[in-house]
Amino acid sequence: MSAFSMPASARLWMPESASTAAQQVDWVFDVVLVICTIFFVGITGALVAFVVRYRRREGTPATRQLHHHTGLEVAWSVIPGILLAVIFIVGLTGFMQLTTPPEDAYEVGVIGKKWVWAFQYPNGYIDDTLHVPVDQPVMLNMTSDDVIHSMYIPAFRVKRDVIPGRYTKLWFEATKPGEFNLFCAEYCGTKHSNMISSVVVHPPGEFDRWLEKASNFLETMSPAEAGKLLYKRRGCAQCHSVDGSQMAGPSFLAAWGQTAVLDDGSTVEVDANYIRESILEPQSKARAGYRKVMPTYQGQLKDEEISALIEFIKSLK
Amino acid sequence: MSTTLPPTTRLPEQAWKSEPISEPDYLRNKRGIMSWVYTLDHKRIGVMYLIGILTAFLMGGVMAILVRTELLSPSRTIMGPDAYNHMFTLHGAIMTFLFIIPSIPAALGNFILPIMLGAKDVAFPRMNLASWYLWVFGAVFLIAAMALNGLDTGWTFYTPYSTTTNSSVISATLGVFILGFSSIFTGINFIATVHIMRPKGMTWFRMPLFLWSLYSTAIIQVLATPVLGITLLLLIAERALGIGFFDPKLGGDPVLYQHFFWFYSHPAVYIMILPAMGVISELISTFSRTPIFGYRFMCYSAIAIAFLGFLVWGHHMFTSESAMAAVIFSALTFSVSIPSGIKVFNWLATLYKGSISLTTPMCFALSFILLFTIGGLTGLFLGALATDIHLHDTYFVVAHFHYVMMGGSLMAFIGGMFYWWPKLFGKMYSEFWGRISCLIIFIGFNWTFFPQFILGSRGMPRRFYDYKPEYQGLHVISTSGAFFLGIGLILCAAVFLHSLWRGRRAPANPWGAATLEWQTASPPPLHNFVDDPVVTDPYDMADFELQRDTGDYVRRPYTPSQSDGTETQS
Repeated sequence: MSAFSMPASARLWMPESASTAAQQVDWVFDVVLVICTIFFVGITGALVAFVVRYRRREGTPATRQLHHHTGLEVAWSVIPGILLAVIFIVGLTGFMQLTTPPEDAYEVGVIGKKWVWAFQYPNGYIDDTLHVPVDQPVMLNMTSDDVIHSMYIPAFRVKRDVIPGRYTKLWFEATKPGEFNLFCAEYCGTKHSNMISSVVVHPPGEFDRWLEKASNFLETMSPAEAGKLLYKRRGCAQCHSVDGSQMAGPSFLAAWGQTAVLDDGSTVEVDANYIRESILEPQSKARAGYRKVMPTYQGQLKDEEISALIEFIKSLK
Repeated sequence: MSTTLPPTTRLPEQAWKSEPISEPDYLRNKRGIMSWVYTLDHKRIGVMYLIGILTAFLMGGVMAILVRTELLSPSRTIMGPDAYNHMFTLHGAIMTFLFIIPSIPAALGNFILPIMLGAKDVAFPRMNLASWYLWVFGAVFLIAAMALNGLDTGWTFYTPYSTTTNSSVISATLGVFILGFSSIFTGINFIATVHIMRPKGMTWFRMPLFLWSLYSTAIIQVLATPVLGITLLLLIAERALGIGFFDPKLGGDPVLYQHFFWFYSHPAVYIMILPAMGVISELISTFSRTPIFGYRFMCYSAIAIAFLGFLVWGHHMFTSESAMAAVIFSALTFSVSIPSGIKVFNWLATLYKGSISLTTPMCFALSFILLFTIGGLTGLFLGALATDIHLHDTYFVVAHFHYVMMGGSLMAFIGGMFYWWPKLFGKMYSEFWGRISCLIIFIGFNWTFFPQFILGSRGMPRRFYDYKPEYQGLHVISTSGAFFLGIGLILCAAVFLHSLWRGRRAPANPWGAATLEWQTASPPPLHNFVDDPVVTDPYDMADFELQRDTGDYVRRPYTPSQSDGTETQS
């Protein structure tokens, strides 16, 4: 596991690179950086030199007689034009690689919602962290439950918007094991900056073992423990505290058995049925004093998982 | 060919002397609040715009400082996440819609355009006043959002976030809708003025480049702004009436909104930068005491930028549109760099063998060239597809557009303010403190925004309240630069205020420029000129000589001059 302690990027520009695309993108970045530096140094140099050399001195008027020169002006339109074409083509080749997933890519489903990521593996298991095997192409098939989000993994140099009502795809091939930042790059509200997760790249052979172990948490843990895990992983924790502090949604502390006031003035007892309904149809009986921002978990939590969550809430005295 | 002035039509001496003239200036022509409220004088309307936009700039600037202060540390520093989201949204919306878009065209342009053209006023003075009142109404609606539920959508109002959030989106978008009409009115007025109000001798290719830039800008304002208006109405209809245009839950398409929005907002970038380029052309030429190099290329490049600016909106959506669209928009995007490059090279060539004096406006103009160059060159990283995917929606973009909008438009606006200040208010200012403020602003600006390029390239997303600790060092550097920048701007304001209070009287032509606004008194009389101005080559400054006692430049008695090729067509 020594690879987990790889040093961070030694470069000033760009973060650590950990995917096949990263090398290509960094190469494009460097090409553009060199061209820009040459132009910037040239322009600054000329500006400073002219200002120093042609500072106004008493009684010396401007001496330039030439007020236009078509050849010169065409030259400084065409030469930059050629360089721009080069940058376009270099940028295009890297982009083609970024947008053409290989046939055999391992598919992971992604749902973005305020303010948590759900990664669904082919066996149906859902996690809030993206786990992938090293040296194997992975394709994310993404959609959003509410507003636009954007999947961004800086170390892989990939980004793609996650849009409600349609699927977008993003692929990468991780080249080194380790844990890397995963951000939401499209502004999505109060906790946009906490919609942070990470990608865990497993060394060869370890990914399958991890997936098998992680998928069995309902069998290996007590319902309340499993509920606690779900509470953290599936986004409940972003809006519901367990210590009574005020967040976007009501706290779970001592919620069980309480009589809650709804936004239409009626009251309801917080029991298993109410919790289940609030998870599946959050807007139908919204609590008074809270904004109706909770997304539905219909089809995203299994019955056993909802039961585990109920057990967890029940345990918070 | 009318450079040869008949000796008998020399300008009357008093027209460019600051000594008492036959007519009181526009500020003293009439008195009382009503003389401002109902004024149709483009100069007074320009001054009212100036007061309005500077108030907006102050508000937006305070918000910027609060945003930067919050970013000193991850998580909470001085405010919560919702307050932060409201703060950066209003900073962006106020700076864009209330400040930068109207700054040079509506404030400086309103004042200068007719005088520079040799006209008595704009073509439609009532419409001009109406545009100012629309600006005020728009500002009230936009700022009312702050007093109601705030605004937390980002200045871009992306759907479906903007149609589902609880903040006051309708008030704010109505405000922007009204501001759009204000902008359209100014545009129509400028187009008409340039077409029909040019006096005898003012041919298209004898117009100063500032007028070319305002004219190109006006075309964009008139053609692009209605698209924003319609888009915002659709957004309001979706939010208020539940009609599905953009929200997939109602059968709409959220990316469609982005296309509509950027179809206006990318050309709007050129509404912000083209007038700035025009200002810089005037400043560089005047303070090098030599005609602008490649005048015609400068005219054509302004028109080219205005045209190409309409074709590149899709580069804001490389991560949401189809790969094919991204490739096409990337290619088109690079084309717009060519005319911008021409401008930078021609400014440099103008300095060559000039007689350069580093006055305050010139210091701002030279700062503009350096900062705009960085802004433009970093745009290449964003136009290139492979790198944009990584850099999109990070601080790299934030730094890039601040270099263009603030390092570009704002520096040109301040430079233009220092340049035309003597004409606006008839007062000179402290050159020493003016230059010091430029130096502090230049250093403070780079100190604030250059680290953000590095932050962004290392993966720091924009609009983040909280962030990973690894980014804190660069955030702290950036924030300390922002405080320094703030000091520079305050100093700059102090120089202006001190000038109003204590400034020396300005002569008619303190810089020795040849454009027409310098051939009338400072400040100008109500109808701009006592006698009809005589139109010559706008950049032929050789005939103006400095009078030591008054600090005024006066045209040498007429001698037949040789023509120099740039003005063979008229």
